[in-house]
Order: sequence, then C-alpha cells, then structure tokens
Amino acid sequence: MADLKLENVSKSYGDVNVLKDINLDIKSGELIVFVGPSGCGKSTLLRMIAGLEKITGGTLDIDGVRVNDVPPTNRGIAMVFQSYALYPHMTVRDNMAFALKIAKQSKDQINAAVEKAAKMLQLTEYLDRLPKALSGGQRQRVAIGRAIVRDPKVFLFDEPLSNLDAALRVATRIEIAQLKESMPDRTMIYVTHDQVEAMTLATRIVVLANKGIAQVGSPLDLYERPENEFVAQFIGSPAMNLIPGKVTATGAQTEVTLENGVKAHSDVPTVDSDMGRAVNIGIRPEDFVPGDEANCCFTGKVAITEKLGEVTLLYFEPQSGRDAVIAKLPGIHNGLRGNSVTLAADPAKVHLFAEGRSLLYR
Amino acid sequence: MSPILQGLITIVLGVGGCVTYFYLSNLVLDKVIFPPKGRDPGRNINRANMVRPWLFLLPAILALGTYLAYPVVGSFWRSLFNRDGSQFIGLGNYEKLAGDDTFRQAVMNNFLWVLFVPALATFFGLMAAQLTDRLKWGNFAKSLIFMPMAISFVGASLIWKFVYANNPTIGLINAVRDYFHLMPVDPLQIPFWNNFFLMVILIWIQTGFAMVILSGALRGIPEETVEAAVLDGANAFQLFFKIKVPQIMSTIVVVWTTITILVLKVFDIVYATTGGNFGTQILPSYMMQYMFRDDGRATAVAFVIMIIVLPVMIWNIIQARKETR
Repeated sequence: MADLKLENVSKSYGDVNVLKDINLDIKSGELIVFVGPSGCGKSTLLRMIAGLEKITGGTLDIDGVRVNDVPPTNRGIAMVFQSYALYPHMTVRDNMAFALKIAKQSKDQINAAVEKAAKMLQLTEYLDRLPKALSGGQRQRVAIGRAIVRDPKVFLFDEPLSNLDAALRVATRIEIAQLKESMPDRTMIYVTHDQVEAMTLATRIVVLANKGIAQVGSPLDLYERPENEFVAQFIGSPAMNLIPGKVTATGAQTEVTLENGVKAHSDVPTVDSDMGRAVNIGIRPEDFVPGDEANCCFTGKVAITEKLGEVTLLYFEPQSGRDAVIAKLPGIHNGLRGNSVTLAADPAKVHLFAEGRSLLYR
Repeated sequence: MSPILQGLITIVLGVGGCVTYFYLSNLVLDKVIFPPKGRDPGRNINRANMVRPWLFLLPAILALGTYLAYPVVGSFWRSLFNRDGSQFIGLGNYEKLAGDDTFRQAVMNNFLWVLFVPALATFFGLMAAQLTDRLKWGNFAKSLIFMPMAISFVGASLIWKFVYANNPTIGLINAVRDYFHLMPVDPLQIPFWNNFFLMVILIWIQTGFAMVILSGALRGIPEETVEAAVLDGANAFQLFFKIKVPQIMSTIVVVWTTITILVLKVFDIVYATTGGNFGTQILPSYMMQYMFRDDGRATAVAFVIMIIVLPVMIWNIIQARKETR
C-alpha cells in the first residue's frame, strides 16, 4: 500500500539541470513505467525515489509523508538493478537474507521469508550457490527475490532485463508481470528504454524527454492519442510518419493540403481560426492501406523494402531533407521496389500536430 | 666513461638486443626451420606456432636458471661445508644453529615480525585507502602516506633513529616525555618492546604499498553492490566489513603475503638501528652477522629463511592467480 506523489521534483548537478518540475501522482498498486531516450534522466528519477540521489528541488511523498531526507532504507522501497548487483561473496540464500539480517529479524523469520521467495521464483535448488554459478536469468531472479523478501511498499526496477538475451527477456518479462499480479497492492516503478516492455507491463507509462515529462497515460492512450510529436514518434515502431501541410477545411473533420497538393483528411476537429495553419499530419506506418487517386494521402517511390513475412516495410525515397516515410503493410508484397505507390489512411487514424503539439489536446 | 653514457649504452644494447633476438629467432623459425611451403604448409605453420612460445621464454628460463635455480642448489651445497668451505660437515651447520640461543631468539623475533608487520601494514593501508577514497584532498594524503615507500630501509631506519633518540632535543618520544618532566629513555633498549619499535619502521614504509593496491581494489568494487547494500539498510561499518572487504579479500591476502615475504627478507632495519643487540635479532640480520666470517653457517641460515618463505610464497602465487582470473 503506497501512494507516491512527486511535486515539482527537480535535479541538478551544480549548474546543470537534468530534470525539472516533475509532477506525478502514483496510486497504490500501479505499475508505472518510465521510458525515454538515453540520457533523459529516467534512471536518475528512479534513483531519486530510491534515495540514492539527492532531490535538489521539490518534494517526494510516500503515503503522504515527505521522504526527501529519509534514508533509502527507511523509505519502504526495494530496488532491482540492471547489473543485478548481487553480493558476489554470498550465496543466493545470504544475498536474499542480507537485508533481514541487518534488520535483526529472527532466524526462523528470515528462513521462512527466503524459502517463500525462492519457491515463488523457482530458486529453491540454487539457494546454496554463489551468484557466479548462476545464469543471467537466475541472477536477475535472485535480485528480484532479494527485493521480495524485504516486503517493500514500492518496488523499483532499473532496466532489469537489459542484460538478458532476447528469449530470456521475454520469459522474465512475463515473470515480472505475474509477480505484479500476485502482489496487487504493491506499487512498482519500472525504468526501461524498451517500448515493448513498457507497453506490455505498464498500468501507466511516463514518457520522459527534455528534462521533463512529455506525457503520462495508459499504454494504448499514448499510442492512440499522443499529446505531442515526441511521444507520437517515440511510441510505436517504426516511428509515426510526420508529413507537413496546411489546413484547408475546418470542422469536425479537418482537411489538410499537403505540399504536393494531395488532400488528406483527419477526424481531429479544428476551428475556423485554424484555417491556413501550418500543421504536420501524423500517420503510423501500420495505419497506411493501399489506396488510389480518390482517397489517397501519400504517393511516393519505394526506395527499400523489408519483408519480414508477417509484414512488409516500405521505405519511400526521402523528400527535401525530411525523414523517409515508412509504411507497414500486412503480408508479403513483391515487386514494389522502385515503383510509385499510393497509400491511404482512415481519417480516424490521422493525427494533427501544430508546433509539435497535438490538436486533440487544447 | 660517464655513468649516464654507460646507462644509455646499456639501455640501447639491452632493448636492441631483445628486439634483435626476438626478430631473428622468429625469422629463423619461420623461414628456415618450418617454412610455410612444401607439401603441407599448414602443418609447418602449426608447428612453428607451437615452438614460438619457447623462443619467448628461453631468455627468461636461462636467466632464472643461472641466477635463481643454480644459486639455490649451490647455497644448499655450500651450507653443508665448514666456514672456509674446505671440509664437508653434513648438517653440522644446522646443528650448530639449533644449539645457538641467538638463533632461537631470532626465529622467535621473526615470528613476531611476521605476525604483526603484515597485519598492521595491511590494516592501516586498508583504512587509509577507504578513508581517503572520497576526500577532496585524498590524493594528497595518499601521496604522503605512499612517500616512505621511496625511502630506502636504511634511510628510514636513520629517520626513526632520530625519532627514538635519547636526547630530548632530537628524539620525538623523549621530547614528549621531557614535556611531562619524565626522564629520557632509549626505546630501542627496552627489552622485548624494542622489537615493536623496530617493526613500526617497516609498517610505516609498507602501509603506503598496501594502501595503493587496496585502494585500486576498492575502486573495482561494483558501485551497485554498495548501493544495493545501502538500500538493504547496511550502515557504514556493515557496508565496509560485510560488502566491501569480502569482495577484495583475495587482494588483501596477496598484499598480506607479499609483505610477509618482504618481512622475512628485511635485515637493513635491525642492522642499521640496533645491529641485532638488545634482543632484537632477526633471521636476515643474524645471517648478515655470519656472512664473510662463516659462509657455511650464513648459507645455512639463508636456507632456513627460504624454507620458511616458500609456503607463504606458494600461497601468494595461488592467490594472485585466483585474483587475475
């Protein structure tokens, strides 16, 4: 049971600001994922919540108590590190028991807690091994076990799957999801740069960029209704295509005339004063469908195709220094390379951005 | 010829000689003995590669054999003869040693040295390494602590002779006593404890060595394990003794045994301060006492020292290997 409240939290090293004015309400039982490009401060923010980094501005409350100056161990949190951070000279059992021993719990209590966590994570037969005798996945489970035995109010995960190989990553991701389900009232905060982890695990995702929060919302919210171009392009792979144009008709449905004269339609409503405004239309690669002159919104020459079996990616020739437009068509398509292709998109799937902000939110 | 010129010529000849040796020997191996041609060039290349390590090892093996293995055997052989080497007396020298009170005292004192010097030097080094780690002026402090390493043992002994001097205007200890109106004493003549006053000199020198090595080891500890322990609630002492020290245990052992081996070799300190008088004799200085007067007996002492050092050294090598693995 733990609500976290971050109010105007900021971090600076001397004169260098790395995070400023972070406001976030985390409800008990949520699994919050921090994502963002490298260097955006997501790990720093997590370490500030853990107490490993000093909060240089604003306040952090856990369950209504200001904890800015509370030492890490008294905040009721446990953390799982990317490098596992197991104590190399201790057996798995001692690794998991360390915090309880420090807390001077009785032997029986410690044993019970360790055995229970080991059983949950299928580590029972490895309890007397040293970490170096374990595989990467097992080590990460020990690290998780070390967090579980402390029975914290808040779990912090710092890119816990980054050091695992692809197959193990999927398996461990599912284990973490099951762990969360078995402890519905525990709050978890999870840092990752992998959007698949973010989309699959999160109750809510916090996208960090530019020293602040770009958007907070449920995974599908971020996917379907991104607040700005950064989130639009950060969530989803390949990134959303942005094509510049001018608003030529307003109302419940907006008409945008693109640079090449093509008219695209979006279900994002606009008002009269938007007439003639320079906007970017945003279309996800997977929202393109093959079209014809009548309902077209994009025409271009295919430069490269990537056939993945399940889908075919079309990379169009870039125009005037902009990123190449990418389309993702289901199934296998042959013979498109070098040809001109016309694509259409459902107006409901066409986003509108002006000055980088979505016109959905205003 | 000026010594500088001599030194330069030695460097040029030495380095040039090494390069020439390796270049020419490899050339001979690759072009003459196993040239990569003929019916089976692949096999010749493999053979050449199997011989190559020995080419690199050969100079070292020859040098070590001449200057290390041969003297060991030779010393042992010499220790079986009388003082001028004219008469074979078997284990006579060893029997005489066993019957000598000074020798027994030297063994006893050496035992104390081996017990205290490595332990205290390593302990102080570890403390210095940990305490200077996060200090702004830590590097300055470290260089101060390391500085005695650059002083020769005799030089250090002379410095400490001043510290221990009888005259209160020279000796630090007696200056303090004088301040409290106590009679001056000669620390180096206090029975039994004077051994410890001598050990202080070596500890003073070796702490810097221990500190430098252990400081490197401490920095090698993954920061996350320390952070994880902080989150687990460990206080500063628990962090140090339960998380950090166990992780650098193998380095501590290497430092410890390295100093132990050194302790068994140092004679200069005793030689330059008390000359082995007042019950401060240790094995190396005892050996020095007999050198040139009775070489048979001196080599017998040398052999005893070697036998004592050997197990420590083997352990040291095993630990050092474990660490580099």
